[in-house]
Parts: sequence; C-alpha cells; structure tokens
Amino acid sequence: MFKIKINDRENITKTRSLMTNIFSLGAGLVAIGFLFLACKVNPFFAISAIFADSFGTLYGLKETITKAIPLILIGTGLTFAFRAKFWNIGAEGQLLMGALFGTWTALTFGESLPGFIIIPMMFIAGFIGGSICGIIPAILKIKYSINEVISTLMLNYICAEFITMLIVGPWKGSERFGFPGTNNLPASAILNVIPESRIHYATLFITIVFAAILCVIVYKTKFGYEVRVVGENPDAGKYAGINFFRTTVLVMMISGGAAGLAGVGEIAGIHHYLGYPASISSGYGFTAIIVAWLAKLNPLYAIVSGIFFAGILVGGDAIQISLGLPAATVQIVNGILLFFLIMGDFFLKNKLRIQTRIQGIQ
Amino acid sequence: MRKIKNLEMKNISKSFHSVFANKNLNLKINSGEILGLLGENGAGKTTLMNILYGLYQPDSGEIKINNKTIKINSPLSSIEHGIGMVHQHFMLIQNHSVIENIALGYKDTPFFFPKLKIKKKVLEFSKKFNFPVELSKKVWQLSAGEQQRIEIIKALLNGADLLILDEPTSVLTPQEAKELFKILNDMKSRGHMIIFISHKLNEIMGLCDRVIVLRKGEIIGDAETNKTDKKSLAKMMIGREVVFNIKKDKIQTGKPVLNVDNISVLDDKDRYALKNISFTIHENEILGVAGVAGNGQKELAEAITGIRKISTGCVTIKGKNITNISPRKIFDQGVSHVPEERIKFGIAPGLFLYDNAILKQHHLGKYSKKSFLQYDKIKAHTKNLIKKFNVAAPPINTEIRNLSGGNIQKLILGREISEEPSLLVASHPTYGLDVGATQYLREQLLERRKLGGAILLFSEDLDEIFELCDKIAIIFEGKFTAILDADDKRLSDIGLMMAGSLEYV
Repeated sequence: MFKIKINDRENITKTRSLMTNIFSLGAGLVAIGFLFLACKVNPFFAISAIFADSFGTLYGLKETITKAIPLILIGTGLTFAFRAKFWNIGAEGQLLMGALFGTWTALTFGESLPGFIIIPMMFIAGFIGGSICGIIPAILKIKYSINEVISTLMLNYICAEFITMLIVGPWKGSERFGFPGTNNLPASAILNVIPESRIHYATLFITIVFAAILCVIVYKTKFGYEVRVVGENPDAGKYAGINFFRTTVLVMMISGGAAGLAGVGEIAGIHHYLGYPASISSGYGFTAIIVAWLAKLNPLYAIVSGIFFAGILVGGDAIQISLGLPAATVQIVNGILLFFLIMGDFFLKNKLRIQTRIQGIQ
Repeated sequence: MRKIKNLEMKNISKSFHSVFANKNLNLKINSGEILGLLGENGAGKTTLMNILYGLYQPDSGEIKINNKTIKINSPLSSIEHGIGMVHQHFMLIQNHSVIENIALGYKDTPFFFPKLKIKKKVLEFSKKFNFPVELSKKVWQLSAGEQQRIEIIKALLNGADLLILDEPTSVLTPQEAKELFKILNDMKSRGHMIIFISHKLNEIMGLCDRVIVLRKGEIIGDAETNKTDKKSLAKMMIGREVVFNIKKDKIQTGKPVLNVDNISVLDDKDRYALKNISFTIHENEILGVAGVAGNGQKELAEAITGIRKISTGCVTIKGKNITNISPRKIFDQGVSHVPEERIKFGIAPGLFLYDNAILKQHHLGKYSKKSFLQYDKIKAHTKNLIKKFNVAAPPINTEIRNLSGGNIQKLILGREISEEPSLLVASHPTYGLDVGATQYLREQLLERRKLGGAILLFSEDLDEIFELCDKIAIIFEGKFTAILDADDKRLSDIGLMMAGSLEYV
C-alpha cells in the first residue's frame, strides 16, 4: 500500500518556475500528439506543421501577429484581474461590447469627422463599453456576493445575443442586401494596415503601450500594490484599510476596457462592420485566459505568450484544411495546453512524495 | 470488558522538514490512570497524540495495546482499537443539532432515521456520567464547555477506553474546567484511561496521576505527580528557572489617548459581542484585557481599529471622533494594530518581505510619491526593521510565507511600532512564540510605553498581563467585570471575574 503526500513547496525559484512552464507545454504537446494519432494523422508532422505554418512562412507570420493583437490586449487585461483574484471569464463579452460601442461611434459620427478624431473616439467608446461589461460583475460580487465566474461567463451570452438582435433588427444595414450586419464603417473610421497584410498597426501600438503601462501600474504604483495585496489576502487588505470596492471596480474597468479596445481593433482593422458575434471574435476572450496564465500574470510576458497562442490559432487553422481535421481541433489543442499549464502550476507550488509501507508498524 | 488494559508507545520518532517533532519517545499508560503530557507550545505533544490517533504515521517506532503490536493507519482504526480524541478545536458542525453531530460520528448509526435510534443511548450515557446535554440545540448555540462535552460523548459512544484531550481547558472558564475534571475523575474510577495534554501546571498537578514532560520533541521528565512539585516541572518544561527579567518602572501617565464611550458591537452572527463598554487609556499606560477567548476581545480590537462596525457609542483618539471611519483614516490618527490572527490579517503571504513591511503605510508620503511607490526607501526601511526587531530573515525579496510564525510576528510588531503610534492595539502579541522572542517583544512594548505610547493589550497569558500592564480589565461575555490597577489586591480573584461570577464595576 502506498500513499501520496502533498506538501507546500518552499522557495520557488524563477528558473524552476520557467522550467515547469516549458515542461508543461512539452507534456501538453505530447498529449496533443496522441489526439492526432487518434485522428490517424502523424503527430510529429501535424505539430511541426502548426508551427511551420504560423512562424515559418511570411504569410503565416503576418497572420500570427494579426491574431496576437487581440490576444495580447485581452491577455494583459486578464493578468490584472487574475492578480486581484477576480476570475474574469467574460472577456469575450467585453470584447463584443467594445466592438458594439466602437461601431456605434463610427456609424454615428464617422461620416463628418476625420480619422485622427473619430478613431480615438472609437477606442475610447470601446474601452467604456468593455468597462461597463466588466464593472457589472464586480459590483455584483462585492455588493451581493455573486460568484464572478458565473456572472462574467453568463454576460458573454447576453452580449452576444444582444449584438445578434441588433444586427438582424434595428441596426441591419441597408447595404447588406437583407443579410444580417451593420453597414460598413465610413472610410475615416477604418484603421490602416501594413501593406499586404491584415496587421492594423494602430492597435498593435496600443497593445504594446498598454502592456507596458499595466506593468508599471502593477509593480510600481500604490494602486498596483493594493491590487496585489487584495489578491493575495483580502483580509489583510481590509486590515490595511484598502478600499475593496474601489480596487475591484477599477481592476475590472481596466480588464474589461482592454477587451473592449481589442473589440474596436477587430471591427475597425479587420471586419469593417459589425456582424455575427462568432465572426467578430473566434474565441479570443477565452484563449486569452490561457495567454494570461502562461504569462504567469505578468503583463509583459503576455506579449510573448500571446504571440505563441496566436501561432497555434493560425497553424491550427492551416492544418485543419491541409490535413482534413475537424474544426474543433484548435480549441482542443488550447484546452489541453491550459490543463497542462494548470497542472504544472500545481506541481510547482506543491511537493509530492510517494510513501510506501511504513517501517516498524505492520 | 475493556478493550485496552494498557497501551505503550515505543521509540516513536516523527520529523517534519527534517526537524524532529518527536524523537524516540516512550510512553506507557494503564487502565484507570490519568497521564499528563506537559510541554510548551511546539514541544511535540500534539504530534505524538496525532500519531496515536492515526492522523500521522510515525517515521519509526511501534504502538502496543495489551502487549500486542498494532498498526494505526487512520482515525477509524484508532477508534476501533478503543481510542478517542477530543481536539483543541472542536470537530463539530456548527449548523447541525447536537444529536445530529453525535449520529454523524457514531459507528452504528442506521442509514434511515439516524437520530431516533441513538437518542436513547445518548441520554443513558449523559445520565451515567452525570452531564446534561440538550440534544435538539444547534451546536453554535452552545458554550465551549457544552461543545466539549459533546465531543467526549462522541468518543465514549464509540467505545473509547483511552481518551485523549488536547488542551481541553484552553477554551473553558475556570468553573467549566472544574466540571470537566469531575467528569474525568469519574471516568477514571470506571477504568478509563485518559491522556491529558496541557501547559498549565495547576491542572496537571491537580488532575493527573503521572506526568510526562516534553521539550523540543524529547521526553525530559516522567514522574508521579505526588512525588514532584510545580517548580521542578516548570524547570523541566522551560529548561531553566522561570525568571521574569523584565522590570517595569512606575511611570506617571499623561493625557488621555483613547476614550471608548459606551460602545456596543455585533459579532459575525449578529449577536452582541460587546455591550456598553467604556474605558480610557492615557499616554505611558498599558491597559491589559484579560479573559477567556471568545468573550469579545477580538470584536473590541476590530471595532477600535475600524475593521468592525460599532452599533452604538463613540470612540475618540486624543479627542477626535473615529467611530466607524475607515481603517486607513483611523491609522492616520495614530492607531496601530497587531492583529490576533496574524497570518490571516497581518500579511499578504505571496508578496515579498519588503511589500509586507509597509502593508499599512504604503500610502504615506515617506514611501510614495504621488501614485508611485518608492521602493528604494521601502527596502531601506525593511532592512532597518529586520535589524531592529531581530527578524531572522532571508533576503528581503523572499516571499513572506517562507518565514516562521515568530519572525512574521516580529516583523508585524516592528512594522506597527515603528510608526510610533499614539495607540497600539496588540492582540496576543507573543502567542506561540519561543521564550526569547516573547521576552524581546515584551520589552519592545514597555519601550513604547516609556516613550509616551498608549497600549491596549489583549492576552490569554495572565503572566504577561500582570507583567506588562498598568491597568487590567477583565472581560466576560462582552462586558468588563472589572477594571483594576495592576497592584490591586482584589486581582487574586481574577479567575472568578473571568468566569463572570465576581464583579467590581
């Protein structure tokens, strides 16, 4: 008979933490390999094809950066919420709300205003849209102790259905020939892209700046300090006189706002009109959860992990077509990687010892 | 027929993180005997008993019952062998009734209608040992003494011949303790054996037949209680003569600092934890609050520091009203707080040492400029604290969770005192610390008093109260039964005041 003993691990070094992450990703890839085997595809070929497609070709690289923009933007926002131990699963809905607010701003004021005025207006509106969607669960949690996982998750569906209602109803555009969707944004409201690509560099710039600012906020400011204390130990926060309500609401304003900015970027940079929710975002709000986790909740690391997961999205799309795999493959790949990352975290924080029969006592 | 006539633990060793909690311990107990286990906090008493109860497995050694070696690998097998344990913290479900709690732990509880069947049995039991219980009451409505009785009944119902009691009197009033001893003596005369864990000498001497003294995981002494005395036991326990080195000078007190006027405060269950309490503390004065845990001490500390709402009444600091303003504003008025549950309230475990060194002060001008923290100043402050308050600490950019409890406590006390507060609210500042650290912290408190600070000290350790305080308030069920000067002769009856049977108001 043997037993598994779990003890806290003391002194977690940076190297150990990094190695654990790398090892977890590796183990995750092995597990994914078995998935490919089950689909009768050579796993080595499939996995190398994912990365060859996303990072090995110029077209793939450009697409990877395009998809990394929303992932990094949302992911950095999520690192902040998760650091405050606020489990924001609602970034998808916050992105959609940002897209909605941005689209409305563009369609309402865009005709008469030049780009350098309307585009900042759209981003501000998008930030506000995402914030509202983020603040609601924060208030519900603090005032009425409603679990934020449930409320943020459910708000995703509310936001998605609300947009669907608008685009088949009151907002249906006259240029769409009866198909659902708003009219195209006016030309002044559309973001420029790097030629021969879909990289809307204005959003890319916002993304990098946002990650840098957030990094400073978390590690250098009083507010960031309060967020870290509240996240580590809410009771200590109360004891230290930190205003819990203010902290949580501000955190979710920033986290939701980041997703809202990403929503504006997707509309103004790629789609140019508000269509079905599933076409605006291919699950960026959920994939960004893994991005934040792999980044160990550090906003700057989220840039790297965002690019990594964007690569998987792009490469995954490519092998779906070339190898004839089902459409859900990418989601499964992402899910497996998240599982292994969380497991790795467990092994990082705990020491496991297998105990066999004890000497002396039969 | 008794299952256990005698029990023996032989050469038991157990270590945690390569530190011995128990080292080659031998223990023997016979039917009809009460064995005392004496030792300071952390001497290894509880570890040894957890091994006997099957919660821990020893690294080496064996357990014999009736001279036969047995294996105890879980509490369940321990119960089957006739061993029962009453933990220091009761293992009862607060929202369930007494009978439901008993049924839950009873081995022969039927699947259907569990309560009906065992009701008769329980009543028989309580009659036999002569302790009344109200079966339909919910556990949270019971006093600590009543809850303890439920735990004892649970163990006896399961056929325990050997009963282990882990610091059973720490939650009881002196009167309740007396009743417990009566029950235990009665059980002894019926042939039960009892292992009684305590660090209170009076109880050991009064109740036990034999006593084993533990220190740092090893047995230091094993004696019949009628052949030894308190003084030699205390010497064994602490490893040297008990000398109180701290000398307190008489100091003329200054102006009033804290004035509490007729406050009432609710506890977590919306019952009154404090009823119409009033007192004043002056500069250069330490007011100690003595009492059995859970009589409103925690709520009083939280109400003054702003963590808990005050229902009625008024609190002022140097004439400024601080009733129900935010903890930060109260701190800014010069009130520091060493919280009772230091790990729960006092630190953010995953943050660095230097982050925790400014937990309440990060908003102050000396550590921040506008919105930004000034980490160079914070780190210098932390190093200073560590040096001044003897914190045995690794580098300051280690997560504070890696420090020992004593060092965390020193850091918290240092953090709070270094602000030179007009009022320091200190709850059990030396609880669980070793002798050296205790002495050091007490000196620091006296130093603060000398420098003009007012201190409100909560402690369950009466020695500490007598040693440090100028005035002593005794709290019972949310009221002060007396506030007396520390040299008042009437304090010889402090036990009665703590139990609420004597008042000088």
